[in-house]
Amino acid sequence: MSLLANVSMEFLVATGIGWVTACGVYLMLRGRSFPVVLGLTLLGYAVNIFIFVMGRLWSGAPPILGQGAVQADPLPQALVLTAIVIGFATTGFVIELALRSRAEAGTDHVDGREPGERPERDA
Amino acid sequence: MAAGRARTRKQVSFAAPAHDRPRIVCMNLLATVVLLPLLAGTSACALIGRGNTPARRLLTALAAGGVTLAALALLLRMAPAVFAGEVPAAGFEWLPQLGLNIGWRLDGLALMFGLLITGIGALIVLYAHHYLGSEDPAGKFYALLMLFMAAMLGVVLSDNLLMLVVFWELTSVSSFLLVGYWGHRADARAGARMALAVTGGGGLVMLAGFVLLGQIAGSYELTEILQHRERIVADPLYPLVLALVLTGCFTKSAQLPFHFWLPEAMAAPTPVSAYLHSATMVKAGIFLMLRLYPVLGGTALFEQVVTGFGLATVTFAAWVAIFRHDLKGLLAYSTVSHLGFITVLIGLDAPMAKVAAVFHILNHATFKAALFMSAGIVDHACHSRDLRRLGGLYGWMPWTATFALTAAAAMGGLPPLNGFLSKEMYFAEALAGADRLSWIVPAVALLAAVSSMAYSLRFAHDTFFNGPTRDLPADAHPHDPPAGMLAPVALLALLCVAVGLFPESTYGPLVRLAADAALGGPPPEFHLALWHGVNGPLAMSAVAVLAGFALYAGLMKGRALHGYLPRAWSGKLAFGCAIDRLFAFAGRVTAATENGSLQRSLLIMVAFAVLLAAAPFWQADALPAAGDRTLMPATPLALALWALLLITATVIAATHHQRFRALVLVGIVGLITALTFVGLSAPDLALTQLSVEVVSTVLMLMGLALLPQHTPRESSALRRGRDALLALVAGGGVAGLTWLMLTRNHDSISWFFLERSLTEGGGNNVVNVILVDFRGYDTFGEITVLGIAGLGALALLDGFRTRRPAADADGRAWAFEQQPLLLRVAARVVLPLALLASAYIYWRGHNMPGGGFIAGLMTSVALVMQYMALGQARAESLLHGAAGRRFTRWIGTGLGIAGLTGIGAFWFGRPFLTSAHGHPALPVIGELPLASAAAFDLGVYITVVGATLLTLSVLGAASKEDHA
Repeated sequence: MSLLANVSMEFLVATGIGWVTACGVYLMLRGRSFPVVLGLTLLGYAVNIFIFVMGRLWSGAPPILGQGAVQADPLPQALVLTAIVIGFATTGFVIELALRSRAEAGTDHVDGREPGERPERDA
Repeated sequence: MAAGRARTRKQVSFAAPAHDRPRIVCMNLLATVVLLPLLAGTSACALIGRGNTPARRLLTALAAGGVTLAALALLLRMAPAVFAGEVPAAGFEWLPQLGLNIGWRLDGLALMFGLLITGIGALIVLYAHHYLGSEDPAGKFYALLMLFMAAMLGVVLSDNLLMLVVFWELTSVSSFLLVGYWGHRADARAGARMALAVTGGGGLVMLAGFVLLGQIAGSYELTEILQHRERIVADPLYPLVLALVLTGCFTKSAQLPFHFWLPEAMAAPTPVSAYLHSATMVKAGIFLMLRLYPVLGGTALFEQVVTGFGLATVTFAAWVAIFRHDLKGLLAYSTVSHLGFITVLIGLDAPMAKVAAVFHILNHATFKAALFMSAGIVDHACHSRDLRRLGGLYGWMPWTATFALTAAAAMGGLPPLNGFLSKEMYFAEALAGADRLSWIVPAVALLAAVSSMAYSLRFAHDTFFNGPTRDLPADAHPHDPPAGMLAPVALLALLCVAVGLFPESTYGPLVRLAADAALGGPPPEFHLALWHGVNGPLAMSAVAVLAGFALYAGLMKGRALHGYLPRAWSGKLAFGCAIDRLFAFAGRVTAATENGSLQRSLLIMVAFAVLLAAAPFWQADALPAAGDRTLMPATPLALALWALLLITATVIAATHHQRFRALVLVGIVGLITALTFVGLSAPDLALTQLSVEVVSTVLMLMGLALLPQHTPRESSALRRGRDALLALVAGGGVAGLTWLMLTRNHDSISWFFLERSLTEGGGNNVVNVILVDFRGYDTFGEITVLGIAGLGALALLDGFRTRRPAADADGRAWAFEQQPLLLRVAARVVLPLALLASAYIYWRGHNMPGGGFIAGLMTSVALVMQYMALGQARAESLLHGAAGRRFTRWIGTGLGIAGLTGIGAFWFGRPFLTSAHGHPALPVIGELPLASAAAFDLGVYITVVGATLLTLSVLGAASKEDHA
């Protein structure tokens, strides 16, 4: 129990980011389009938090003037805010790409062909 | 030799005194000479020449001719000053840090070339008007011709070496376009590509040489460089500079071993060949050698290299020319040979050799342009240029024949024509060079002259005599052309005679002037004349003429020459082989690195990223330890969320085959992310993440409905293990980096924003002020990306329908029931409230958590609710969405508002997106904080709503039942 008492927020954040990254990378390396989309989404969470905590951890200090003596670093927050929205747009794009690819290739495998099929090479 | 001489000529400096009117006029005139064809000429010709009516064709030719003559007149206007010994120069600093400045300079050499370019250019315009067929687009031709002319004038008038390279490459590009003018012909495309590859590549090599030269001399201005010969020649890099610059010159001027592109470029229309490939562009290399002769020339190395390549070229090309059956091919090799001739003269270390070189540049341009134009006339009339089929044309086209024969005699070097004069001078210099170099020089010169006589004879005899015609195409009807087409040939042929008879009063002054500039000082006393008495050169001439006659007669005996087939090996084949090998190599590299598997590529990418991030730690002695920042103790809630996160992520990775479950679990990770933002003082981010979470889950559910519900288990255990290992390494690395970073105190630039947010941005919410004000430019870019992603989705799925299976993989039928009544009612009630809430969130964003992004997402969530409650068709008819297509207007409106707000700052003389704010006091409402950034934020809001709904709506439309 004393071990848990000594755990810091920094440790939780760092390991949390690391673990989500690992799961995201693993899913990204799968062969079907949907797990890849999920993997990219997980990776997106991890990256956003990673950039956000570049400004270090602050509790109860939102970067709004006049609400307290201390304010958290606003710059990474501004960067991450747009990143979240753009991340959503790219997720949408990738899903639609996956649908289109499946309709054209007849498979949802990321290479556009079922495993074991011979690749089509340009002459 | 040259640099030791005191420079006596007046140099008009950059900062010409304002009262000095004539010089100021020169300054403006100099730039105009180039800009006139570059801007006015190209655009006028392209615009007028759009239609293909006879009147428009005439107008286009008139515009091109007018511009050319105007440029010629401007040069003539400045000529007296140049003849008086001045060097008009003008320019201004552009990028002084790089030594790149705009600078023009008109000395004797530049004037001579300028007159040549514009003078021959005017004749070419006239000729081309009659040459081009009614189906050839005149606008394209003349616009490109003007572009080329401007580029050539830029090369000869540039004072800055870097600017010269720009124009030099522009001649390569415009030549590429002109050679490929008849783009439907394979030989034209191949010839154009080859010309561009060789001359453009040579230009790049030359640029390297110029950079070295500029570094040695400390300046890229010719005016300056010309003063530093001693330093440049003594520099250990001098041989390298010379090699690089000469490579550029040799490729452009088609010297061995780069000569092969010129005969291939004969696929160009004949006016182009006459202009580019005889009179002007191929002379650019010659020009540059003369231009830099005062700096680079006069050393033993220069003499040996330049003379050596010149001699090889002149002999080889003259010999090959005899055996060409194509009229233009013969002329092309003859041009290569004559360029070699001039190169030899530039190489020979004697002042008089430079005089002869300059003189021959003029002479060659005169007779060769005439010959190319005659070849074009023959081709036009007979629809063939094959010497084996032509013959006996003298009787059909006597005027063309007369002028062509005159020019051919000048090419062969017969008296009393101009070619004879410069050949005599060449022989004299070759004999003199024998003392310094070797007896080979005059011997080879004589050999080349014999071949030269032979091919000139073949050109004349095999075309106009040696009749009758042999098996011409059926549509051939040999006749003299209209006067407008014949006039340029006649003029040039007469000039050959006039210069031959009266050299001093025709080209004499110009030759003196140009030789002065090329030598960097006045040339020795000389007198150009037809008759110099009986001497060595005359004897050599006589031998060359007689031997040439004999050679041709011998080869042509029984028309043996017509049976000659060129051997298979040539520079062209070597070039093609090299290109093929390059492509094959590129193909092998691609095949080795990319096998079509995305999984492999991603694996390599991640592994490389891990290695890249690990590299700095590799070199460190010990692994870095944690920092000394005071850490924040973990709360029980945080611990619980952390445990939930780890478990959820693990379950997702392990059981992602159940796609629906995995998707729901990903939503949990998103919620934990949002809570993290809440706990760590980022209310804006929490709101954003929460709204995005809703929209993105809906989006993924819609996508999943059209995809298989399960992922097959197909990866081998080995592959899964490998991927898991890499993922753990990557995750561990990220965790380690985060830990190292978080335990250290940081030094941020954010105090700047915190300090000025209120005073300069007029807002308390620093994150929002950064987004819409301090970093408004970034935000503008980001909403543009958002819009592009939305448009990309539309492009992918517009009009696309998927056939949804009636049942899922387990055989359960999909149900399409009407939405529950309660949901429909609730959605209607919620919508106005949600819109009101998002308006409030938007409005308070500058001072409290909120703003355009969050408000936009909240509105999207509210509208998505309507989609779910009412069904897409009903919701879309209310929103006028038209299956997502109409939402592009929202994106456009949003970007437009944001952009206009930015542009609005121009009205107040401020940079793009400078914001203004104030607190106007209104009656009733009281003081109202108002910032122009709010308008920008409105643009953000509309773009976000548009892009979000577009993405969703397009996906919804794709999954609709196909009623057709």
